[in-house]
Amino acid sequence: MRYEAPENIETAVKLLAGETGNARVLAGGTDLLVQLRLGHVEPDLVVDIKRIAGLQAITAEDGGFRIGAAVSGAQLGEHDGVRALWPGVVEAVGLIGSTQVQGRASIGGNLCNASPAADAVPALVAAGAVATIAGPDGRREVAVENFATGPGRTVLAAAEIVESILLPARAPGSSDAYLRFIPRSEMDIAVVGAGISLTMAGSGKCSGARVALGAVAERVLLVEEAGEALTGTNLDDRALSRMGDAVAAACRPIDDKRGTKVFRTKVARVLAIRAAKIALERAGRA
Amino acid sequence: MAPITVTTTINGEAVSYLCEGDETLLDVLRDRLGLTGAKEGCSTGDCGACSVVLDGRVVCSCLVLGAEAAGREIETIEGMADGETLHPLQEKFIEHAALQCGVCTPGILVAAQVLLARNPSPSEEEVRFGLAGNLCRCTGYDKIVRAVLDAADTMRDGQ
Repeated sequence: MRYEAPENIETAVKLLAGETGNARVLAGGTDLLVQLRLGHVEPDLVVDIKRIAGLQAITAEDGGFRIGAAVSGAQLGEHDGVRALWPGVVEAVGLIGSTQVQGRASIGGNLCNASPAADAVPALVAAGAVATIAGPDGRREVAVENFATGPGRTVLAAAEIVESILLPARAPGSSDAYLRFIPRSEMDIAVVGAGISLTMAGSGKCSGARVALGAVAERVLLVEEAGEALTGTNLDDRALSRMGDAVAAACRPIDDKRGTKVFRTKVARVLAIRAAKIALERAGRA
Repeated sequence: MAPITVTTTINGEAVSYLCEGDETLLDVLRDRLGLTGAKEGCSTGDCGACSVVLDGRVVCSCLVLGAEAAGREIETIEGMADGETLHPLQEKFIEHAALQCGVCTPGILVAAQVLLARNPSPSEEEVRFGLAGNLCRCTGYDKIVRAVLDAADTMRDGQ
């Protein structure tokens, strides 16, 4: 296995494009090295992107933040600006693994691993985050909800690399929240995850909301009907219940050792309503 | 494929080694450099027995490639004591009998040192959450948590 650590994205793309065998991108390594060890992947080339300028940087951009693809969970959790603007994204990323994993695991990696149960992804989808992808034909942008196409599958073409993720600016009165259910208090894979981002207008009515679910389908889902059920309301019990109904209707989970279809669907409804209440409370302070 | 030459800093000393592209930092430390304090447990980043500090952050060295360490700063359990003088965490682990078989102990000490550097007065809950990535199958954790909290007291008093 050849290891390369280029210092710019163009070289990284060229290395990937020039490899005739199996090539993999390395950011934090908390998924890739496990797959290597278990023999699930046998790459001929690994391209470490952490020495590329900007890929481990968080930069303010147009009122939002651009997060380099290799930024670690710990790094994001220590960034006061992102914590204030997108607390739901920060809490979702912070749920991934142990302190040791947080020190390495990256935002871009969580996206590219394309697990339906990824914790960061529902929060990023709710946030309306956009991934910038670099490849042989230049750069392109993909909304995070359109990035994964199935378990472990993404829209990335050969030799393409996720370079950064943009968390957009927010109107006043906006906030977000993420909740997941696991049967223990720490270090587990989501049975269900729910991310919500919303904006409360000066009138006290919700002027827009995005609801995203993890671990209830083959990929993370954006449930537009759930967001619409909150828009124009003051998030009273009736609106929250209608939102929960839309969430439950969108769930198409599998039965597995973590939970049944019925349980996951019920929990998704409960978590989405709770997350909406947290986001509402935070929006009152934003 | 020719081995990769890596120059890095381990416990404050400049170190150079050769490694293969797919060789983990844990294997480099143990098999090439004779630093056998970090232990191999699960090899999948779940148990924390291989914990080391990389550029100020505690990481599982089984999930780091040896080649990635070039130009970085690594601290291992071997650098914790000052010669014959044990670190307060090490003293307190002995005093509280916070170990039995000892396989998890180097990783827990390294993780606890970083925890206390970031939070000198942790609550019991913060210690338990902070060390959730370090598994111990002997002690039931209680003595470990007590030892870390006691070491935190001692270290604050010493300042």
